[in-house]
Amino acid sequence: MDLASAQVIGAGLAAVGVGAAAIGVGNVFGSFLESAIRNPAAADSQQGRLFIGFAAAELLGLIAFAVAMIILYAR
Amino acid sequence: MAAESKIDPMHQFQISPLAGDLNGSPFVFTNSALWMLVVLALIWIFMLGGMKRELVPGRWQAMVEGVTGFVSSMVTTNIGPEGRKYIPWVFTVFMFILFANLLGMMPFALLGAHPFTVTSQFTVTGIMAIISFAIVLVVGFWRHGFHFFSLFIPHGTPKVLLPLIFLIELLSFMVRPFSLALRHFVAMIAGHILVEVFGSFVVQGINAGGMGPAISLLSFVFIVGVMALEILVCAIQAYVFALLTSLYINDAVNLH
Repeated sequence: MDLASAQVIGAGLAAVGVGAAAIGVGNVFGSFLESAIRNPAAADSQQGRLFIGFAAAELLGLIAFAVAMIILYAR
Repeated sequence: MAAESKIDPMHQFQISPLAGDLNGSPFVFTNSALWMLVVLALIWIFMLGGMKRELVPGRWQAMVEGVTGFVSSMVTTNIGPEGRKYIPWVFTVFMFILFANLLGMMPFALLGAHPFTVTSQFTVTGIMAIISFAIVLVVGFWRHGFHFFSLFIPHGTPKVLLPLIFLIELLSFMVRPFSLALRHFVAMIAGHILVEVFGSFVVQGINAGGMGPAISLLSFVFIVGVMALEILVCAIQAYVFALLTSLYINDAVNLH
């Protein structure tokens, strides 16, 4: 296998992490919605924590994307 | 056929000099600098329009007061009453990121101008993250001296685990500016690449003939949804950057 095709395959494998982060982000918002419906009065005060959780989950997916790009464009 | 119409999604992030030579002098006026100035001008206009201090706010003033009130309430709920000192920096970061992100989404290419998203460069987000981190360090050591290091030791840690916990907390503290900068810059890059690739699909599908236009239509519908999502992401990233900055400052001010 030459380097170019190995790079493309590697980038594709690294991109799997983005899908995993999608599960994480969905989990964050899903859990928030679930509990917000149970207790709507407390929902607004927790919005900051919601976005902290979102940012933490999203960061890992974005790192996976960055890794994929580094593999794809590496010489 | 495939070779002549290769998609080049990275081209839009290229920095090109508008005046001067990139190899010659260290100070070159690039397209990045131009769009930063445009962002600055837009923020200036936006803020000036809302600073008339009318007793009954008009639409514009209500808009500006909404943004300032949003940021100041975010800072004061996260840091407490002492947080008012840090509103200028958090507000600056929030406005710059918001305007730069949204300006990068605008379809200026229709008018012939090449739009450039300032915040899609790691240097730009990195500098903002480093300034935030520097504020945390300066404020932390100024207020607490070497007691600031107790930030790395949570309450009630067993004596045996102290060195390990200290190392882990120190590592997670030192990685903050990188994660802050990386999150924002990669979110911008990813969104723009996605839009660029599917935009190219629309054009190439029309040119290909046969089943092409159907694929073009699908891509076009998809891209409309992606654009809406991207505008949401622009606002969320600005919010997250400002929120995390105020949280980190809170660590320095209040030490847990």
